[in-house]
Amino acid sequence: MNRDQALALLQEVLTGIVPDADFGRIGPDTDLRDALELDSIDFLTLVERLSERAGCRIDEDDYPRLTTLAAGADLLAERA
Amino acid sequence: MPALGADMTEGTLLEWLVHPGDRVARGDIVAVVDTAKAAIEVECFQAGTVERLLVDPGTTVPVGAALAVITTGAPERAPAPAQGTAPSVPAAEPVVTPLVRHLAEERGVDLATVHGSGPGGRITRSDVMAEVSTGASAAGGRPAPAPAPVARAPRTGARVRATPLARRVAAESGLDLATVTGTGTGGAVRVSDVRAALSGTVPPGRPAPAPGAVVARAPVGRQEAMRRAVGDLMARSKREIPHYYLSTTVDLGAAVGWLRELNRQLPVSERLVPAALLLKAAALAAREVPQLNGSWTDRGFVPAEAVHLGVAVSLRGGGLVAPALHDAADLTPAELMARLRDLVARARAGRLRGSETSDPTITVTSLGDQGVEAVFGVIYPPQVALVGLGKVVERPWAVKGMLGVHPVVTATLSADHRASDGATGARYLAALDRLLQKPEEL
Repeated sequence: MNRDQALALLQEVLTGIVPDADFGRIGPDTDLRDALELDSIDFLTLVERLSERAGCRIDEDDYPRLTTLAAGADLLAERA
Repeated sequence: MPALGADMTEGTLLEWLVHPGDRVARGDIVAVVDTAKAAIEVECFQAGTVERLLVDPGTTVPVGAALAVITTGAPERAPAPAQGTAPSVPAAEPVVTPLVRHLAEERGVDLATVHGSGPGGRITRSDVMAEVSTGASAAGGRPAPAPAPVARAPRTGARVRATPLARRVAAESGLDLATVTGTGTGGAVRVSDVRAALSGTVPPGRPAPAPGAVVARAPVGRQEAMRRAVGDLMARSKREIPHYYLSTTVDLGAAVGWLRELNRQLPVSERLVPAALLLKAAALAAREVPQLNGSWTDRGFVPAEAVHLGVAVSLRGGGLVAPALHDAADLTPAELMARLRDLVARARAGRLRGSETSDPTITVTSLGDQGVEAVFGVIYPPQVALVGLGKVVERPWAVKGMLGVHPVVTATLSADHRASDGATGARYLAALDRLLQKPEEL
């Protein structure tokens, strides 16, 4: 998966969790948990769906990297 | 119309999921009702056969109004009477003569709902007839059922998949969701689909709304209603309940370490978040201190037999609901986690069940994910206590004279001084702390 695909996947999965997510307002380094009001259960759902769709393992140690679009896309591009 | 929460005074019937002639069992979901807060699935409290539906979809009626007539125990209509009403409600059997019982059966009156005016609460013939006439006036007083003005799921039982916002915008514009092509996950109709459909159609009998007007008004109407419902209930709480507040800091070193080890071995779908352990401990502590688990009534405090843990869930776009995790003290943390995820998802999708919104015995609010360290909540009447959990933060922490860095959480308790004193509340927080030091036993 290249980085563009990774970013698209991340946005798609986030849209599934927050249906009216507006990515126009979210920069690459914006904290997604604040901007999209993700709670710990939403975040777990994000991890679950990403690891399913990308077919890669995401451990708790990786969670900090999923808090922004830029770092999240990098992580997915590395793993899948 | 059941009261689906202490703050509910009326409800709008959105959709019937049963039809006359259908057999229903206790707990079956028979209708969807819209309250100020959410669309809620209403469970049947009585087994029997649906005789008549009294309220059309789209109609708003007060709490207590009859929605439908269910016939119970008529042998010729009940293929399986043994599993039906007879064994399930012997204790609540109203005092009644065979003649009156026969009359009630004949007229389709559920005796359990009839108030007996005779000696010893005995239900008389006139009580039944009064019930019949109120039911009849509710049904007969209305004009011939015109086509419902709101969007309605097809009668086939296959409900149109749609987001709550899409459902609402469609209903307010008189658009039938079944005619909208969904572009969301699994073909679900999203609000953008509804708006696209609206911009091409003029709903019958209404001036064509400018698409912008629909967009602006629909969510605001819901939010205002939600705001008012929350405000009314909380104002009542602060007016009636003499709150007292306690706070303590709980070391989560053991719990967080244990979770970390556990989650390492688990697939993502089975991983636990700290909230699961905190909620389990909150439920067990409520069982240990029953003076905080129950409801305040005219007769004083009534303890609850089980712990139905209300969980405050904030909704996207504002507002909050606090549905119950039933029997939370008996669930394993993994079960509790699965139920919690299901409950939060359904709360946000606007598909809670009536029993979940009406019977929490103590509520937990957790604002940790929003970054605050402590929350002193307002009690949900008629409950008598509310537990507040803040963010799990790392802090210097002394253990046996040694200073280390530990994850800690601030746990608070707001409790009703009519039902308990500070010493009782203190026992609750102490129990919560003690339970969280042995996460493997939760």
